[in-house]
Amino acid sequence: MRGATSRRRSSPSCAIGGTEVRWLLLKDLRILRRSPGLVALLVLYPIVLSVLIGFALSAGPDKPRVAFVSLVPPDSGELDLGREKVDVSSYEDRLFAAIDPIRVDCKGKSPRACRQAAIGKVESGAAIAALVLPAVLTDRLRGLQTLAIQGPPVIEVFYNADDPIKATYVKDTIKSELRDANLALTTRFTEIGISYLDLIVSGGVVDVPLLDDIELLGLERAERIVTRARANVGPVEREQLDRVVRFSRLARENLNLSPALLRSVREPIRVRQVALDGGTTSLSSFAVALAVSVSLMFITLLLAAGALALEREENAFPRLVRGLVSRTGLLLEKTGLAAVCSAAASLLMLAVMSLFVDVDWSRLPFWLLAIAVAALAFGALGVAIGALTKEVRAASLLCVMLFLPLAFLALVPSGSVAPALYDVTRVVSAAFPFKPALDALDAALNDSGALTGPLLHLTALFAAFAALARLALRRFA
Amino acid sequence: MGDRSTAAAPTARAAAEHALTAEGIVKRFGAREALRGVSLSVTRGELVAIIGPNGAGKTTLLSILAGIQRPDAGSVSRDPGEIGWVPQQAALYGKLTVAENLRLFARLERLDDPELAVEGMLDLTGLRERAHDLAAELSGGNRQRINIAIGLLGRQDVLLLDEPSSALDPRQRERVWAFLLELRERGTTVVYSTHDLQEAARHAERVVVLADGEILFEGSPAALGEAVEREDGGARGDFEEAFVAFLRHRGH
Repeated sequence: MRGATSRRRSSPSCAIGGTEVRWLLLKDLRILRRSPGLVALLVLYPIVLSVLIGFALSAGPDKPRVAFVSLVPPDSGELDLGREKVDVSSYEDRLFAAIDPIRVDCKGKSPRACRQAAIGKVESGAAIAALVLPAVLTDRLRGLQTLAIQGPPVIEVFYNADDPIKATYVKDTIKSELRDANLALTTRFTEIGISYLDLIVSGGVVDVPLLDDIELLGLERAERIVTRARANVGPVEREQLDRVVRFSRLARENLNLSPALLRSVREPIRVRQVALDGGTTSLSSFAVALAVSVSLMFITLLLAAGALALEREENAFPRLVRGLVSRTGLLLEKTGLAAVCSAAASLLMLAVMSLFVDVDWSRLPFWLLAIAVAALAFGALGVAIGALTKEVRAASLLCVMLFLPLAFLALVPSGSVAPALYDVTRVVSAAFPFKPALDALDAALNDSGALTGPLLHLTALFAAFAALARLALRRFA
Repeated sequence: MGDRSTAAAPTARAAAEHALTAEGIVKRFGAREALRGVSLSVTRGELVAIIGPNGAGKTTLLSILAGIQRPDAGSVSRDPGEIGWVPQQAALYGKLTVAENLRLFARLERLDDPELAVEGMLDLTGLRERAHDLAAELSGGNRQRINIAIGLLGRQDVLLLDEPSSALDPRQRERVWAFLLELRERGTTVVYSTHDLQEAARHAERVVVLADGEILFEGSPAALGEAVEREDGGARGDFEEAFVAFLRHRGH
């Protein structure tokens, strides 16, 4: 026998055994290379996910398709408010920035038929909502007196409520945009009112239709005239004129305060927002961190758990651990394999996403650190799962079952659920690596906070899950 | 422990140095006692079959002898590294070729020259022509031959096999047995478990009957046949039926 001269160098020790771990790592990479489906999943998943997120972030949310009917007569589109002219169509444009309007053709149709045509668009599913501007819109707005007596014009909104999420989105969008339009009109009305007050106080020229320009005297000039006139009258009349002057001064002083008062009434409450927790990450930057965290968790868990379960599925585990490789060495090899592969996939994903979203490449060392530590923590969790299962399919199923709730729980915002339930979600999230990995990647990618805390958290979880995996191998293998 | 027959007369080989000795092995799984103080000695170059019904403790005993499981009590004379181990299910990677499987385990065994060992095992198994085929593409018999070859890579002189021919067709079984007998001719001590009585009677020099964690009989196949016949009174013509009656009479 030719192998007769080949002898064992020494009995394998119980130490980790770097050489043996290296051979196992090469073996796993070779097996991975011969699993084209798995490799395709590992490479394509982050690329597809990053491209989808990239497109979503760069394109912005889809605008809801809304049927739009303006029953305002074409020649009444402009409001003449005293000395100011307001074009109503400018407010339409503002609204159209938030929706995708389907203009209903009203040529030859009565207002009622036109309104019905808009509702028909909603009923047919062509539009998710219909917005109908009444014919009296500008007439009512034109005169403050009319507005006070007849009330504000009513804009009608018809929407399809078969999809509650979309319906809520449409309601909120239209309500928000109309509120902005109301505020803009209020601002204009207020400014016009203030200019009238200014005329009363200081005087000036008013353009009155049909009557041409009229010059208003104003309180200031009236006061000056009365003051000059009192020198030429007797004591009784002077006393009476003094009363007029005092009243005029008092009125002027109080009216001078009115513009500030009206402006504050227009927007009585202002909001100053201060973020107490977390950083100032934009939604798109946070989405990048989230996408990388999700990919990192998905790939590392599946690889680590699958690779360890494969040793048992192929019945090689007992053969390996009876002196060839230590259990600890085996766990480290699987964790390292999964961490290296998922880190490479995450960097690939970041490179693809940088085509769509601004990514700060100067922070690359921080990314690498966060990705490496997070991948090791996920790897430890993966081998813990793999140690509990005897088949790759069971390990994969367990990973997926754990993966979705973990990602969901980590994203539950405070205040959205009952305080006790939120505390539970925080505890559960803290017990697994996804939330600290997300925090670490957000801090590393976007400089949104301290990186040290999440890294220490991940390190602690790595140690805990590695110990759990070691225990599970001893107990269940 | 049941009444333990020692029907075989001491031979010159029995007097020779023991290749493997187990003393008072006890193994419990929760409340169930899988092995109840089993003791066993195997002399160098001997071919021993451990037989018994399912759940008798055959695999557990071999696992403890191989160092895969730890006994709750008792001792084994040799380190696991000194014993070759062939599990019941082929323990090799389906996505590696025959040569790659052998090479991997040769490296893990820290052999001086892994390539030389691989070449030797390809010759020994007669699978040189299949060296570059994936293990998953091999027949059950050929997979088992590679499985055994991997167990032999460490050049240990004791080889433990857990039901080596189960799930093989008769032709594949013959090839595996030809391979094992060749190993024995080269001086390897072989201990294997089986519940195929004919296989035990045909190939083993000594059989150990294990039932419910106890050794009921140790001796040559001929001596077992005589013991079974005595129990049966020659009424049953079928050896298997008589063996079942033999176990039943001992409360198993």
